[in-house]
Formats: sequence, structure tokens, C-alpha cells
Amino acid sequence: MRPRDLAHLSDEALVALVSRSNEPALAELYDRVSGIAYGLAHRILRDESLAEDAVQDAFLGLWRNAGSFIPERAKASTWILTLVHRRAVDLVRREQRRRTEPLDHAPEPSEGSAEEAAWLRLDRQRVQTALAELPDQQREAIELAYYGGYTQSELAERLGEPLGTIKSRMFAGLSRLRELLGNDMQTSGAKGTPWTSTS
Amino acid sequence: MDIHELTAGYALDALDPGERADYEEHLSSCERCREELQGFWHVSGALAHAAGGPMPPASLRERILEQARSERSNVVPLRRPRFVVPALSSVAAVAAVAAIGLGLWANSLSRDLDRVESERAVLGDPNARTFPSVSGKADLVVRPSGEAVLIVRTLPPAPEGKDYEIWIFEDGVPRRAGLFEQPGVALLTRRLEPGQKVAVTLEADGGVDAPTGAALFTASAA
Repeated sequence: MRPRDLAHLSDEALVALVSRSNEPALAELYDRVSGIAYGLAHRILRDESLAEDAVQDAFLGLWRNAGSFIPERAKASTWILTLVHRRAVDLVRREQRRRTEPLDHAPEPSEGSAEEAAWLRLDRQRVQTALAELPDQQREAIELAYYGGYTQSELAERLGEPLGTIKSRMFAGLSRLRELLGNDMQTSGAKGTPWTSTS
Repeated sequence: MDIHELTAGYALDALDPGERADYEEHLSSCERCREELQGFWHVSGALAHAAGGPMPPASLRERILEQARSERSNVVPLRRPRFVVPALSSVAAVAAVAAIGLGLWANSLSRDLDRVESERAVLGDPNARTFPSVSGKADLVVRPSGEAVLIVRTLPPAPEGKDYEIWIFEDGVPRRAGLFEQPGVALLTRRLEPGQKVAVTLEADGGVDAPTGAALFTASAA
């Protein structure tokens, strides 16, 4: 398939092409997801070179294992970001990088954000608004876990709370976020065409 | 604590390694947790979008593509000697394991392995031919054996209570050839002869014996 045709494909179709070793499809997926993926890895790792490693490992994992992706179960972009996140937290735990640092807040997106599509800014706003609606303790547990890379037992120790309390907060907070965010997040770079009833 | 409640910690990658392994094992036999995880992963995906942070350096793209290219030359050709193992750095190997862990989650669910294997066989066959649909909504990929998949791009997910149904026209008569619910890869359940036409319609859940709606798109293996 010619590269210029790929822009019209869904993320899921691109993963299918990647599973048959189609390089332009991998490049297209990279172009769609890498900005978010790198931002996430950088937030967790706070180090450019480690963040690059996490993104590279995740995309090469995708390259090798795209055939195991099941589109019915998750969006392709979510799957890729899950790979990036897991790799980043594994790295941060190994590096013992964040242990002494205080919790920080979401950095303002820097270079490149001017070109960021409006839907992405809206997504970010919606998520931040939803996070702000959580009770402080639930928000703290989720942010420290997801952006800080802390395990539940590390959090229990850091916050001086029983492990069961941390687990319950995380579960309650994530359940609430799921309600607040619903299912209509446009979390993908795919440019679908409007629905028409016939070809 | 109930193991079901570990779903949140798993979706946030916040379980200790032992718990993570226990939970993944549990997941393979618990439909309730798989469904819950789907919803929680949707949330963690949203959290990823809100992370902010800088853009990657331009050099990263080329480095990843170059590495992918060099690996392809190691692993794809059919005549690859069996004893050659693709070289992975230890770091990359860990990523592969993580990906396989997630793949295991995906593979063990709601969809049988044979079907996944068949799709992979079609998509991975260097002799397969690709035929774009008339509208450009999908590509039909067909192996010389007649096994085929549709790569569907631009349909919305099927509404509640509906499925997309694939039809193969045999001597002008539409025969049922598989169902799917949303864009992605759909395996045809019947072999396709050269020149035969394929159509997709929207039908009641589980499919019907003969198409009732208009063809959403068609493609021909010719």
C-alpha cells in the first residue's frame, strides 16, 4: 500500500498492516501516537533519553507483536500507550528515579503544541476537569500511580496508609473517572470519513 | 482484598510484579475482569492524553524505523533457517515480553485462537493479494488458497443489537461469510474464488440468512 493512502486508515487497520511488516504503516502510527507517547514517558521518567528508550521499546514491541492485537478489545492507540506506560514505569522503578522528588503537576505542553489538533486539547481539558472532580485522596493515588510510577504498596508506604485503603481509593477513583469520561473520548489520531449508508 | 479489585491497579500498572502475574492469570479465566479492564484501560488511555510534556526529538522516528527495518530482514523471509534467532537487545526483549503479556490478555479473550491465527496467516502471506473495495472503505486481502480477510477502515462501530455481515456472491447468490462489529480485521469464514464479489451489510445481531439492507461497500477478488 502506498504511504499516501495510509492517512485514511484507522489506527486498527494500520496495526493489521504492521502485523504484516508494513513499514509505512508503522511510520504512520508513530506519527499519530508518538507525541502523546513521548509526553507520557517523559512525565514519568523526567529524562529525555529514558523517555526515548521507553517509546522506542514500545514501538518495536508493536512491530514484533502487532499480530496479537485484538481490535474488538481495545483501541489501537490505547494499546500502544499501554505498552509505553508499562515500559516507562518498569524503567522508572529500575532507575529509582523519582523516589526523592515531590509530586508535581502536569507540565504545560511545550514545543509542537501549536500544531496540536483541537481535539487533543479538548481531550486533555476533559481529563483534567474530570480529575479535578475526584476527592483529593483518590486523585492523589491515581496521579502518583499513573504519572509517578508508584506501585500500590509503595504508595501505602509513602502515604502512611494501609495497603487496602490505597487499593480501594484507586478503584473508586478510576470507576468515577470512567463515569465522568464516558465512552466518547476521541483518543485517536485516525481521520475517519463521515458515515454514509451506501457506497 | 478481592482479586477483582486489582483491576484498577493493573490498568494503572501499579501492581507489584507478583500481583501482576497473579492478576494476569486470573484474567484469563474471568470475563467480568476483562470487561472491567476494558473500561479502565479506556480511562488510563485518557490519562495518557492528559500527560502533557514535550514532543519527541525528530531523530527518534528514524531510529525506530531503522531498527524495525533491520529486524524485518531477520525475521520475515520464509526460507529463514530455523536455528537463527532474531537478535534482541535485553531492553527490547523486556518490551517484547510486556507486549506478549498484553497480547496474552487479548488472545485469551472472547475470540478463538484459530481465528486469530488464520487472520495472521492471511495478513502474513507474502503471496496474498490486496483488492481495495469500490468505495475505499476496506481492503480485501486474499491468499492463493482463497482464505481472505477484510481490513475495514471507515465504518462506525455497529449499533447495539446489530452486526456487520460479510457476503460472498457465489453464482450471483449471496452466501454468509462472517460477522464483525467494528473497523479492523475481519476473517471471511468461507473461501473466496478468483473473481468473486464480496459485500458488507448491516444486519441484526448474529447475522441473517440473506442480506436485508443495502451493501455498505463491495469488493471483488479480481
